[in-house]
Amino acid sequence: IMASDSDSDEDFVTYGTPLEPLEEGGPLKKPVPLHDQTVKDEKGRYKRFHGAFTGGFSAGYFNTVGSKEGWAPSAFVSSRQQKAEKHHARPEDFMDEEDFSEHGIAPREITTSQEFSSSRRDEAGEKARAISAQAALIPGDTLLEELIAPARSSIGVELLMKMGWKEGQGVGPRVKRKHESCKVYGCTLPPAGSEESEDDDEEFAPENVTFAPKDVTPVDFNPRLGVQGLGYRGLDPSLALLGHGTAEHIDLFKPQSETRNRLFGDTKSSSRRGGVVGQAFGVGALEDDDEDVYHRDSMSRYDTILGEEEPGDSLYGWTAPQQYTKKKVRSKDASYLGKILEGFTLAQKPLEEKTIFPPPCLPRDYRPVHHFRPSVDVSHLSGVSPALAEALRVSKGHMVKEEPQQAGRHQLDSGQRRALLGEDTLQGPSSVMELLRPEDRQRLLSFRNSSNPPSAKTSTPVSGHASQTSGKSAQVLPASSGLQQEALAAWRGIQTSSQTFKPFEKNPSKQARYELYLSRLKQGDNDALEQSLDPGMTEWERSREREEFVRASILYRPTSSSLSSRFTRAKDQEDDDSVEVSQDQEGDLDDKQSAVKMKMFGKLTRETFEWYPDKLLCKRFNVPDPYPGSGIVGLPKVKRDKFSVFNFLTVTESREAAGNFIHTQEALKSFNRQLLSAARNQTETKVEHTPTPALPALPASISSSDQAPGSKPEVVEEPSVQTSRRGSP
Amino acid sequence: MAFPQPRPQAPQIPQHLLRTIDCQQGAVRAVRFNIDGNYLLSCGSDKSLKLWSTSRGTLLKTYSGHGYEVLDADGSYDNSQICSCSSDKTVILWDVATGQVTRKLRGHAGKVNCVQFNEEATVILSGSIDGTVRCWDTRSRRYEPIQVLDEARDGISSLKVAQHELLTGSVDGRVRRYDLRMGQLHVDFISSPITCVCFSQDGQCTLSSSLDSTLRLLDKSTGEMLGEYTGHKMKGYKLDCCLSSKDTHVLSCSEDGHVYCWDLVEGSLSLKLPVGKAVVQSLSFHPTETRLLTAMEGRVQVWGADEKGSA
Repeated sequence: IMASDSDSDEDFVTYGTPLEPLEEGGPLKKPVPLHDQTVKDEKGRYKRFHGAFTGGFSAGYFNTVGSKEGWAPSAFVSSRQQKAEKHHARPEDFMDEEDFSEHGIAPREITTSQEFSSSRRDEAGEKARAISAQAALIPGDTLLEELIAPARSSIGVELLMKMGWKEGQGVGPRVKRKHESCKVYGCTLPPAGSEESEDDDEEFAPENVTFAPKDVTPVDFNPRLGVQGLGYRGLDPSLALLGHGTAEHIDLFKPQSETRNRLFGDTKSSSRRGGVVGQAFGVGALEDDDEDVYHRDSMSRYDTILGEEEPGDSLYGWTAPQQYTKKKVRSKDASYLGKILEGFTLAQKPLEEKTIFPPPCLPRDYRPVHHFRPSVDVSHLSGVSPALAEALRVSKGHMVKEEPQQAGRHQLDSGQRRALLGEDTLQGPSSVMELLRPEDRQRLLSFRNSSNPPSAKTSTPVSGHASQTSGKSAQVLPASSGLQQEALAAWRGIQTSSQTFKPFEKNPSKQARYELYLSRLKQGDNDALEQSLDPGMTEWERSREREEFVRASILYRPTSSSLSSRFTRAKDQEDDDSVEVSQDQEGDLDDKQSAVKMKMFGKLTRETFEWYPDKLLCKRFNVPDPYPGSGIVGLPKVKRDKFSVFNFLTVTESREAAGNFIHTQEALKSFNRQLLSAARNQTETKVEHTPTPALPALPASISSSDQAPGSKPEVVEEPSVQTSRRGSP
Repeated sequence: MAFPQPRPQAPQIPQHLLRTIDCQQGAVRAVRFNIDGNYLLSCGSDKSLKLWSTSRGTLLKTYSGHGYEVLDADGSYDNSQICSCSSDKTVILWDVATGQVTRKLRGHAGKVNCVQFNEEATVILSGSIDGTVRCWDTRSRRYEPIQVLDEARDGISSLKVAQHELLTGSVDGRVRRYDLRMGQLHVDFISSPITCVCFSQDGQCTLSSSLDSTLRLLDKSTGEMLGEYTGHKMKGYKLDCCLSSKDTHVLSCSEDGHVYCWDLVEGSLSLKLPVGKAVVQSLSFHPTETRLLTAMEGRVQVWGADEKGSA
């Protein structure tokens, strides 16, 4: 029985019971003890096993033909009368279901019926089969199939015939015969003479005539069965056994056999005749007495080496003279390859030789050992006093890690190097700028300031003296000046006093300088960095601190206000910068309480959530599952939309936010104002004054109820409180 | 046949004492009619649950098995089962006839205040002081609840089931209505701790009593307030309230020893029934007739519309 399950993609036919997948690493399963091993027959009854040599499975009831109730012989019925009518017994009548089963002697399985099998004689298929038969181990084993051909054609062929198909044609829609396409290479148009040929074609193929497609020889892919290499053909028995010439060389990798050639139309007449010859069959009149009935193969007929034999005398070995070996390499002779695979040709040009460069020679005294410079690891030093260790650690300055303490020779600019070497300053102009005329210089400078390129190429090496004394921003290194501009852009106009991050907390004076720098940045001061640095420090310290400040200010730039309001700070932080989201919830509750006090139950006091009852609960309540297919039980995880857009209404420091966001915020604010004014008009007449606590945010109940701005709101709030809170933007 | 329509009777109020039952089971924490009103259940503080005949006042069965005082009980629609809850954090399903414990359901973290069968007694719903409502399956052998409703932020004081809806009142001042058919949870904010919630008989309104000595009748679908009933005293005890069988009156226990009865539509106090000197712990209205049960201290009193108790 073919058991192919249709719902899986793979149409596998499964026999037997699948083994459980091996679990690696798991404990080995105990083998099932003998007395627990049970066998059931196909009806699920237990079978008792007596052992393979003592009878196999028990049959019947305790090895009897009876049953639990006993055995009653069937009543005797005389078949005397029925003897006359010849009972036609088929072999199936004596078979049981085991014989009919899949592995029985008469399996009842689904096979292609004769009617649908394509056993029609078709030339192309035959050809393909003949080719494959040649490749088969026993040549000509399709002979029988060819001999016996059924008279009737298969149903597919009949159908095709009814559709107008004729033998020898291909299958498919009829096509117009293509014109003999003249191939044009390049861009030239086909010459005028080709028109005539087209006319000739149209004589043969008028426009309205279509032709059946050409028949195609089906490609026959025969799998490789052996373990031999590609192109191996094995011994041709006709050659090895029946071949005449003992002198003939047997080439296992002969490109094509003769029969194959014959099939493909190579009319190379073979002089040899096949067939069994020998004295046992008698020697025909036309045949010579043959001497090799008991043919003995000899190894001399086989190759012992790969490749052609040496030309000329075989005295030369691999120590042959130059011309012999050279010639062998240069020649295109590919005989050592044996059969060239189909579709491949020998290369005309030899491959370019790869030049291999030898590894460099090592110096004589090179030793492959690397010594690292000893580094002071403070944490691992045991003999150092803790105070010293702390001092060492602090002195590194914990913002700068990658910067070495002493800049290398290449990190110094020419002025510093000159100062180190004690050379005099060069006479003459130190900068290109000085060569320019003053008005040109002015123009250049103004141009540079207006465009403000971050990578200003004009910062030329300035003399060390000038940089130390002037303290202007012109001496800032080009890379850091770009960063500085970035920091300025990030901090300009930020009004918050919330300074949460203190990068230089260990060093209070440094931190104070940093904060000074930040405050100047907020004011938009271009010279913020230079002004906040300590003028009493050395130039090296100043440059380092400059670098650190710029980096810290960029790294810990204020997050855009829209983003920061989305995060809740830890509760135990002592700063008073509270987040609006939690207040909003409180305000929500306050609002509800005030609504309850005013007995305005309804929308203000009601909240509705999606709630997912358990499937079983619905079943027990005889109610269809309201959310079939959802795996959620209870309330979905996010109960309330904490971060609804209304939470942003109270955000004041939003000037640095993206312009797009400001637009939406403005729109919401105006909407909010409309809502409030409408609410005011409604409530001021009804409610005189209720001492409600301040409502810091709009209640979420409004946000949940989709109201148009003009419709009647249920807001009952203290308007004056609202406006005073909202007046700030 | 032109008989005139019978004049509609004036709504009757149970104001005559028909019977007093001394339950002898300590203080009666709750008293409940069964499904048809022929029997009553009294939950005693001596860990026992007793089944009485309403008409004759005789004790039919005592169910003992709880480990602490019984707080609420409910009978199934076919009178074959009783569920009860107790301060010992358990819910027990009883077999009525044999008085045996069919199932003892553990899982609540605190004392269980209220318990109800659903309509077909396939689910027991129990609300506890731990803030959860647990839905127990009576059909399977599972000992875990089908679902735990833990939306309340404080203890559940009362719950009622009507068809596919579950109404819970919580000490966090919210009345929650779980609609199984719609898959929705409606939360009505009352602000004061809820002591008891009820559905009206027509299923359109919810009644909730809270510790601010107010009963509120809310529209079920919108949550708007339809009526407010005050005058009684409910400040510290978890006392019951109910609607009359024909939705004409609203009744509530009071700490001053009276049962207050308001006209539902007008909101005016129509009866102030003196029960005794102590707090009226619990009350239950007959499902069809004008009959009221009240529980005070160790006694259960049955009240009817007239002296004979025929109504």
